[in-house]
Formats: sequence, C-alpha cells, structure tokens
Amino acid sequence: MQSFDLAANGLRALNSALHGLKGQTNMTAWEIINPKGAHAIAAGVDAPVDITVRGSTGYYCAGMNKQATIRIKGSAGPGVAENMMSGTVIVDGDASQYAGATGRGGLLVIKGNASSRCGISMKGIDIVVHGNIGHMSCFMAQSGNIVVLGDAGDALGDSLYEARLFVRGRVKSLGADCIEKEMRPEHYAILEELLRRGEADHKARPEQFRRYGSARKLYNFNIDNASAY
Amino acid sequence: MSDFPHTPPKMSWTFSNEVNAEIRRAAATGIYDIRGGGSKRRLPHFDDLLFLGASISRYPLEGYREKCATDVWLGTRFAKKPIHLEIPITIAGMSFGSLSAPAKEALGRGATAAGTSTTTGDGGMTEEERGHSRTLVYQYLPSRYGMNPDDLRRADAIELVVGQGAKPGGGGMLLGQKISDRVAMMRTLPKGIDQRSACRHPDWTGPDDMEIKILELREITDWEKPIYVKIGGARPYYDTALSVKAGADVVVLDGMQGGTAATQDVFIENVGQPTLACIPQAVKALQDLGMHRKVQLIVSGGIRSGADVAKALALGADAVSIGTAALVALGDNDPALEAEYRKLGTTAGAYDDWHEGKDPAGITTQDPALFNKFDPILGGRRLKNYLKVMTLEAQTIARACGKSHLRNLEPEDLCSLTIEAAAMAGVPLAGTSWIPGRNGGF
Repeated sequence: MQSFDLAANGLRALNSALHGLKGQTNMTAWEIINPKGAHAIAAGVDAPVDITVRGSTGYYCAGMNKQATIRIKGSAGPGVAENMMSGTVIVDGDASQYAGATGRGGLLVIKGNASSRCGISMKGIDIVVHGNIGHMSCFMAQSGNIVVLGDAGDALGDSLYEARLFVRGRVKSLGADCIEKEMRPEHYAILEELLRRGEADHKARPEQFRRYGSARKLYNFNIDNASAY
Repeated sequence: MSDFPHTPPKMSWTFSNEVNAEIRRAAATGIYDIRGGGSKRRLPHFDDLLFLGASISRYPLEGYREKCATDVWLGTRFAKKPIHLEIPITIAGMSFGSLSAPAKEALGRGATAAGTSTTTGDGGMTEEERGHSRTLVYQYLPSRYGMNPDDLRRADAIELVVGQGAKPGGGGMLLGQKISDRVAMMRTLPKGIDQRSACRHPDWTGPDDMEIKILELREITDWEKPIYVKIGGARPYYDTALSVKAGADVVVLDGMQGGTAATQDVFIENVGQPTLACIPQAVKALQDLGMHRKVQLIVSGGIRSGADVAKALALGADAVSIGTAALVALGDNDPALEAEYRKLGTTAGAYDDWHEGKDPAGITTQDPALFNKFDPILGGRRLKNYLKVMTLEAQTIARACGKSHLRNLEPEDLCSLTIEAAAMAGVPLAGTSWIPGRNGGF
C-alpha cells in the first residue's frame, strides 16, 4: 500500500506520481490521507490501480478517470468523476453538483445523496445513487444509465437524448421531452447488474424502479414545439 | 395624368425591401433565419484606421534588407511547454461536423506550412487534423463532444471556450442534415438529429469555478499545455480580467464579426461588440493587472489582410486568429462556383447556409459527393499562400513604421478616419489629437 499525505506533499506531487503509473505497475494500491477538500485529487489517472481517499474531496476528484478504482471515504465536491472514461469511483458520503458530468464510461457509485445536475450531459457512464438526486439531473444526457434508489428533484432529464433513467422513489417533475417509459426485460437485467455492481443489491430490487427516457420530440427543431425549448 | 410633377415612389429606409422580405419569410415559415458566418453589418472596423508611417522623428526600416521578425510565444505564464509560432496569425476553432474532414485537413496542412497553429472545434479531434497539424489547439467546450484525456494530452494547447463573438451567451446547433455516421459517433448521439450545444459548461459556473476547472485541466496534463480562455466580445474588460484571475495563459477575444457554423441571424447581428471596440478594453484589463504581454491576447473577428493583422497588433494584441478568411482561402464562396450557388438560391459572396450541408465548395458539408471534390492538398497550399501574404503585408507596414518586430507596433502608429473608430480604438482622429471619451474611461 502506497500512502500519500496530500497535506504534506501537495497536489502536483500526487497527480504526477499517479500519472506515472503504467499498465504493469506493482504499486496497485494507494491511499491518500489528509485530502482536506482539495480539488482535482487523482484527476487524469490512467492505470488499473486502487486508490482510497481517506476524507472528503473538493472539485473534480477522479476527473477523466481511466481504469482506476477510486474510493472516497467521505463526501465529494462538485464534478466528481467528471468525464470519466472507464474504471469505478465510489463515494461513501454525499456528492455535490455535477456528479459524473459528461462521463463516457465506467461506474460512479454515490452511497449518499447527489446534488443538482447529477449526470448532466452524460455520454455513456453508469451512475448508481443510493440516496436522492437534485434538480436538473441528467440534463441533455446522451447515453448511459443512472439508477436512483431515492427521489429525483425538479426537471429530471430535461432535453434528454438516449440515456436511461431508473428512479425508485418520487420524481418531483420531469423536464422537457422526458417521459416515463415501459420497463422491459432488458431493463430489469440492466438494473439487476447495476444494483449489484453499485453495491446496492441488498437495498433494492429491479421491479421497484420506473424508467424514464426521451420522448424524442425535440430531436429535430419544429416551431410547434417552441414553447418546450 | 396631370402635367404637374408628382412625388416619385418612396421606399422606406426602416422598412426596406430586405426588411420586408424577412418579414414575409418569417410569416410564411414560422421560424427564425439561421445562417453561418459573422455580422454582415457595416461596423466600425480596421478599415477605419490608418498607419502614420515613419517621418523625421521615426526611422523606417529598409523593406527588402532589414529584418522585421514575426514570431510569437503563447502560453509563457504557467505552461511548461509554451507554443512558439513563426507568424502571429492562427487558425480559429472550427468543428469537424460543421466542416468536412478534408477541409479540416487542409487547415492543418496550410497552418503547418506557414508555421502556425490550427484549432479543433465543437466535435472533438480528428486524426486528419492531428496528423496534419504541427501545432494543434484543442477546444474544451460546453458540449464536451469527443472530449477525452488522451486528446487533451496530445494537443499542444487547450482552449477553454466561454463565448464566441458571433453569439456571446449562445450555444450551438448542428442540424441533423450534417450528422453523418462519423459525426454522430464522435458526438455520442444518434445520426440525423439536431445536435444542441449548451451555452454554459455543465460542471462549472462563474470565474471562481473556472479557476478550479483550469487547475483540473492543468493537473490532468501535468501543467505542460498552455491554457487559453476564449471569450466573445460582450464585456471584454471584465472577461479578460476574470480570465487572468482564473489562471489563463492566453485570452482569445472574438468580436462580433467572428463567424459561426450556424446561429440565428438576429443573434449574430444584435449581440456583442465590434472587434475594434473590444481590443482596447481587453488590453486595458491586461495593463491594469500588470499582465500585458505576460498573458497573451489573440484577437479574432473580421481579420482579412496583413493590414488588419498589423492594426490588431498595434492596438495591443499578441496574435490574431482567422476563421472566415481561412475558409475563403480554401475556396468558400468562390465565384467559379456561381452556377452551383444559383441553384441554392444565392450567389457567390453571399452563401451562408453552411448548416444545410450543401456547400458546393465541399468545405461546410458532410456529403461525400461534395467533400470529395475538395482537394485538401491544394486547399492547404492556398491557405499557406494566403497566410504568407498576410505576413508580408503586416511586415511591410511594420517596417514603414520603423519596427523590427511586428509586436513592436503600437497605438501611436495609428490614426482614425472616423470619430466612432477613434473612440472605440482609442487612437486620435486623423488630423487631430482628439480621442473621444479618453477622459471618460470605458
């Protein structure tokens, strides 16, 4: 286990060391102590390593992650795992705004609640939130899946493209062009898999969820839909 | 008929034929006009400035013997690997999607041959573009189409786009007819649908967040790459100051003559400030912060000739960027294609329906039948020639002003032809020492 004291050694030294890890490294287990809410912790990692952050993080922890498994033993600031490509990010606490924004792959698990704009503009990432998500979540979400065990705030999935949204609790309101859709067998299979990978299979069952997606009415501009824009 | 003289038919200036035609078009279709390009208004511009040239108190340099250097460094503030360009004329960001792949390749070829950089756009980085561009600036846009850390690391600089001169405060739209399989795949969206680009970034809001976003981009790229911030000509003084505060290496300032792939005409013509008015505000912000020449300023929006380059530099820019002019150099709106333009209901010089993807020049299209007619090698050569001519023109003027480097041009070398230009550019009206508003601040 490589232990890195962020308060003592600084962000640049940390990310420089993590960026130096390549495919066959033997230093596969890392812990970062004293994060103290610093920004951009473990941003841009591209190696199959396990990183545990012992405390809460600031903005953009695990930004653009590739391959790594990053566990935050605390809460995460805005933009956790933004534009993630692959790998896994697990937040034990809550996540602030824009969690998983524009993510293209990998899995983001938030064991607490996520604030507004969770999954905004997501492009292939899978997100599992054990608690609730805030308003304007999945705005312009293009691709990927989000699973919410709790409730969703206002304007869920506004201007949605092809992402799939699964919510177990109450949806305060749906955004423009977002509608409830039929749950088919393949959706139960996706949910079962994501609940398992998201460490939530002991908390919920696939049949408890509803699916939301795009009505696809705003895909090509039509003046008759102007009031929806 | 009376023998008395009668009042001839009188057309309204307010309700001109052009205005009435647009009213009728709106009434018939129910949709606003969308087009490409920048403002077509007659705006105060570089044409309204003149160079004074050398005199008894200023010695000119010999045109064909004494050196007038043209190189520029960009990104010297924080980046470990700043960019060194042979000429201070760069190619502006234009997306693969709005432009064809061969057109992007031609931009890379021409820019590289001329010793300058080109820039990606709102559609990610293509292999053609990376492969043919010695120096490539990678745009980081609100849509994040195609964004990934590998391309960030193989870029030579990163341009965080906040605004665009054609539409400060506006997002983008690539209409479905230009969404080919390849464009759709790069943007992670279904083929054939309109692709909306958001007007705000999805994971930050305001200057304090932008500072943290810049930190993240620097960390991901190990502080190697210069970080540009591109702003539209809305509030250039404050936007420049805030960009500097947020940690930008370079500010890219795009005035309202700057082009776009597709936006509402009403937006292009009614939002933003002319390039001429923007430059002194940005320069003043840099000077007030003690950062002029430390954070470099690139100006775009209506740059057409070496004279425009020289004037922008004299007003305090470190470099300029061209978009529309580069497309014209490649062959856009060429009168040789007049018959094709007529079929589209327009004429060479006026063609701006770039969003429809029917460009007979093969530049603003994704239709293979059209873009295969475009030769990227010839296009690249034409662009190189044009960039070289602009550089020679700028050097000619600089030598006449006694400057051994283009960056030594200064406002004192200029005078203005109109009161408006004098006020906006902050240089005296010709024949006077009068700069309107000089004592009133901006």
